[in-house]
Amino acid sequence: MSTLAYTLTDSATMLRRNLRRLQRYPSMTLLLVGMPIVFLLLFVYVFGGQLGAGFNGGHDSRGAYLDYVMPGILLITVAAAAQGNAITVAMDMTAGIIDRFRTMAIARASVLTGHVIASVIQALFGLAVVLAVALALGFRPTADPVAWLAVIGLLTLFTFALVWLCAALGLAAKTVETASNTPMVLTLLPFLSSGFVPTETMPPGLRQFAEYQPFTPVTEAVRGLLSGTGAGTNAIAAIAWSAGIALAGYLWARHLYNRRRAR
Amino acid sequence: MSSVPAITVAGLCKSFGGKVVLDGIDLTVAEGTIFALLGPNGAGKTTMVQILSTLIPADSGQIGVAGHDVVSDPDGVRAAIGVTGQFSAVDDLLTGEENLRLMADLHHLGRGSGRRRVAELLDRFELADAARKQVSTYSGGMRRRLDLAMTLVGTPRLIFLDEPTTGLDPRSRRTMWRSIRELVAGGVTIFLTTQYLDEADQLADRIAVLDRGRIVAEGSPGELKRRIPGGRIWLQFAAPDAWKSAADLLGPVSRDEENLTLQVPSDGTVASLRRLLGRLDNARIEVEQLSIHTPDLDDVFFAVTGRPAAEQEQDSEKEVTLR
Repeated sequence: MSTLAYTLTDSATMLRRNLRRLQRYPSMTLLLVGMPIVFLLLFVYVFGGQLGAGFNGGHDSRGAYLDYVMPGILLITVAAAAQGNAITVAMDMTAGIIDRFRTMAIARASVLTGHVIASVIQALFGLAVVLAVALALGFRPTADPVAWLAVIGLLTLFTFALVWLCAALGLAAKTVETASNTPMVLTLLPFLSSGFVPTETMPPGLRQFAEYQPFTPVTEAVRGLLSGTGAGTNAIAAIAWSAGIALAGYLWARHLYNRRRAR
Repeated sequence: MSSVPAITVAGLCKSFGGKVVLDGIDLTVAEGTIFALLGPNGAGKTTMVQILSTLIPADSGQIGVAGHDVVSDPDGVRAAIGVTGQFSAVDDLLTGEENLRLMADLHHLGRGSGRRRVAELLDRFELADAARKQVSTYSGGMRRRLDLAMTLVGTPRLIFLDEPTTGLDPRSRRTMWRSIRELVAGGVTIFLTTQYLDEADQLADRIAVLDRGRIVAEGSPGELKRRIPGGRIWLQFAAPDAWKSAADLLGPVSRDEENLTLQVPSDGTVASLRRLLGRLDNARIEVEQLSIHTPDLDDVFFAVTGRPAAEQEQDSEKEVTLR
């Protein structure tokens, strides 16, 4: 077999291992998927009536806000799954089995690739559950199938990017606790974007930050696609951000993994 | 079997942040033998295993493992070795069988032969009954057995065992020793680290004593033990006249009249103990209490370094008290 074929089979083996581990540790997935659902309920039923007053001419403000806030909620789901990856990577690095992998002639990338792909699958599962809950609450997106495919594509790409970044954060952390704390910033970023309120309502400074940080173009592109108005240039910005973060996260994670000293 | 040594090390040095851990190690391990690196905690044994198994780089020195250079061809080394570390390298969330299957997949054994190998190892290490249980429910001995079984999935030619029996109960220890002997009978080379002299003595063809990053003694168990003051049998008497008669009978032995005790040199065998007791019986001398002191790591250290082992954790002396 060629090196590439070995890399693929070893990565598939590691992916199976990680998916099985996620199955055996369901409380984590539950927590990661539960959090965005709590935010969804909170923002629609507690704040939604007030926050949605400016949309749709004040008519059915709660329903209008549900439509508005969904991209933000979906990105919180993505950020939470990425945070989960930092935790599982750190858990692995502090356990003895990683030293076993490192003394075996296996494709070096496969350990991290297995984690990343498992986390992306976990995130997609989370997104499906969150969407189902939103639909049950009355979320009625007007996207056509092509737009839906574009939404799934953009979210998967952005998940992939954040998960690689979090793999690096998990490797950089000395303890599992640190690994679960540092990526918190990522779950905060959707709030400092156009995910929950339009950036025009924010004070200067914060507004500029919100407009130029990666969660905003992804939010806007997803919102445009779901409401049938199209993604426009936001899609390009979202793809560029995702590619950049993924590459930086991958290179950083690879560097940390290769440099890492045994205990 | 080739004539190339399984391990050759010349001038190996390693420091961590200015602290010298290994200071100019030279050693050679012949293929198909058991080599024991004996030393107290903190002597540098684990660092040695980590360097030889390509986990961490050495600062300097020439290191060949299984015919491959650890620096220029680490994957060649990795393909030939198996490592069972001091901390169990098993996946707690998987079952024993899944752990072994994982290893089979990573060794690209293929479905059929992978399955057969896993079943065979589960049987051999008495894990078949617990195969479908999650490893987090395993006992310490079971985890070690699974750990070693995982190392064997890829049929390595050279196996590193870092303190394989530390923390195990005597029965699990015996089982582990038996497994190690079986491996060598199959032609495998074993590099073992241990804090226990009796373990090195039981298993190894050659022993190197590591102290503060240097090898202070090396040889066969026999050669090494000749440098250690042998074991002794300690006798306690109830009455002064019994003590006196025994002292007269046994001749030049270390005596303590105040406490009515004698210390008789012994090689630690049952035969020599039986001979001693036979002599006392024939002379109708009543012994109140007896204990056997076998030479241990402390004695080795004292013999070769002139001071007690540093940072030592195990009991200072093993005692078997008979009443």
